[in-house]
Amino acid sequence: MADGMLPMLAQMRRNGAYLAVFLLGAWAWAGGLLPGLLDKWDDIAFLGWQHVTLVAISGGAAIVVGVPLGVLLTRPRFRRAGDIALQFLNIGATIPTLAVLALSMSLLGIGDSSAIFALFVASLLPIVSNTMAGLRAVPPHLLEAARGMGLSPRHMLLQVELPNALFVIYTGIRTALAINVGTVPLAFLIGGGGLGELIFTGIALNEFGTMLAGAIPTALLAVLIDFILAQLQFWTIPRGVNPLR
Amino acid sequence: MIRLNQVSKTFSGSTTPAVDRVSLDVPEGEICVLLGPSGCGKTTTMKMVNRLIEPSSGEILIDGKNTADYDVTQLRRSIGYVIQQIGLFPNKTVEENICIVPDILGWDRAKSRKRAAELLDMVALEPGAFLHRYPRELSGGQQQRIGVLRAIAADPPVLLMDEPFGAIDPINRVIIQDEFLKMQAQIRKTILFVSHDIDEAVKMADRIAIFKDGRLVQYDTPDNILAHPASNFVSDFVGGDRTLKRLQLLTVRDAMMADPPRVRAADTLKQAVATMEEHGHQSIVLVGPRGRARGYVTLQGARGAGGSVGENHETLPTTIRPHEDLRTAVSTMFRHDVSWLACVDEDGMYVGYVTLRGFTRLLSETYRDG
Repeated sequence: MADGMLPMLAQMRRNGAYLAVFLLGAWAWAGGLLPGLLDKWDDIAFLGWQHVTLVAISGGAAIVVGVPLGVLLTRPRFRRAGDIALQFLNIGATIPTLAVLALSMSLLGIGDSSAIFALFVASLLPIVSNTMAGLRAVPPHLLEAARGMGLSPRHMLLQVELPNALFVIYTGIRTALAINVGTVPLAFLIGGGGLGELIFTGIALNEFGTMLAGAIPTALLAVLIDFILAQLQFWTIPRGVNPLR
Repeated sequence: MIRLNQVSKTFSGSTTPAVDRVSLDVPEGEICVLLGPSGCGKTTTMKMVNRLIEPSSGEILIDGKNTADYDVTQLRRSIGYVIQQIGLFPNKTVEENICIVPDILGWDRAKSRKRAAELLDMVALEPGAFLHRYPRELSGGQQQRIGVLRAIAADPPVLLMDEPFGAIDPINRVIIQDEFLKMQAQIRKTILFVSHDIDEAVKMADRIAIFKDGRLVQYDTPDNILAHPASNFVSDFVGGDRTLKRLQLLTVRDAMMADPPRVRAADTLKQAVATMEEHGHQSIVLVGPRGRARGYVTLQGARGAGGSVGENHETLPTTIRPHEDLRTAVSTMFRHDVSWLACVDEDGMYVGYVTLRGFTRLLSETYRDG
């Protein structure tokens, strides 16, 4: 019975969501909000692109640096360093992103580079700590079996450790990018550009429409990126270790 | 094939050696079970063979070549390894798991995939149904079968097995043990097998090595270990019923009186009595025209009675095959309340008989000689 119920519930929920979006759209149209947003389409597109660029550069760099760093810190010879790093990462994760931005600005001044750096640092922490947690959670007997069969450390990493840690690593990347997309509007405060420009301008000028012209695309972008990552997570993790499949 | 020469291991931070000057020689194609209580050094000894643990002193030779001279990953690829937790990789399918070592050895893909299917066939798992399953979709017993197949996939001459059937329920364990022995009869690997279960050891081993506190205290065939334990420790460890355990090691064929006297349906009871008295038997088996066991008559029942055997025989309560072990034979006797059994081959032909007295005599032979 439960097997039959779940897809049905999911279907109902999806239909409900479509209905809600439609009603919201109708209401927004009637209230003059959507036409207002369309007026600002050029701004939205330009700043939205800036926004995406900031996310892509800082988030991409965080993935490219964070995953290998996490791998490195779990290698036997860096075990001690890894323990210490994990402590710092845990402390680092408690620092509010706004503070990270401010610190970055005091270091690198106003502009894109300090915004990208701050976003990079904020995204790096969850990626590194999740990569480490995922790799450390691989059951020791899998490693013993692999070693006993004569797999080289490289084989072990690529064929056993990473695939079995992949789900946790992905979760770290999703968390990191969620933080990243949500923090980019704040980056406007240190001269980073992006949709934050519309949001903060809207607030400052008390223009509700301008604010929403920044807020709604930001929200949609966050949902979209998470959706894409969820799909990647679903399809690229082997079925044997993918709790979603 | 595997030779340990004065091998010792002292772990850092410890003063007493975990393994103390162990010398051991396992002939090619035999199963050597390393047996002992936990902490006796048996697993450490085994892991020194594939250098998961490096020996502190002594040398280990495989096929005459010192393992220390090998590149360690090359060495391990030439030795199959099975662990209690099985350790199938959950991210890989059954096929991928089996083909791991062939793949890293650079075997042709078609060849290794074909091999995987053949191996599955060997343990009666339908390749079509199992090759593309993931480990989490298998039962514990199926997983352990795959674990063994993975270890022999690249056809290594030597196999190390660390309590491989320890985590499987008793019923399936017996099935898998039997299956493994059948497979071993074909593949003839040289095997080091760690166990803490004397019954498993008696069943699987060609030789048993008993360990205590890092020392090898006795290394001999199962029957000799059960019949002549070298010390109180060994006799305590193998158990008070060690003589009964020897029953498992002997087959009906060992104890059988072959080509015994018999009677036919047309013979008279008088002739039957005469035959029995001539051989000093209390009963005699009636066979059909082609020699199938049909029934029996007893000396008591036949003496003084007239008529033919065919009209006056009793049916046999049960029979036994020559390849069964004596434990099964004794158990069958007790179940049917008889002290002898007629032995028949696959076609039902009468080939001999066994008696309880014969068993006792056979088991005590070794004590008389010694």
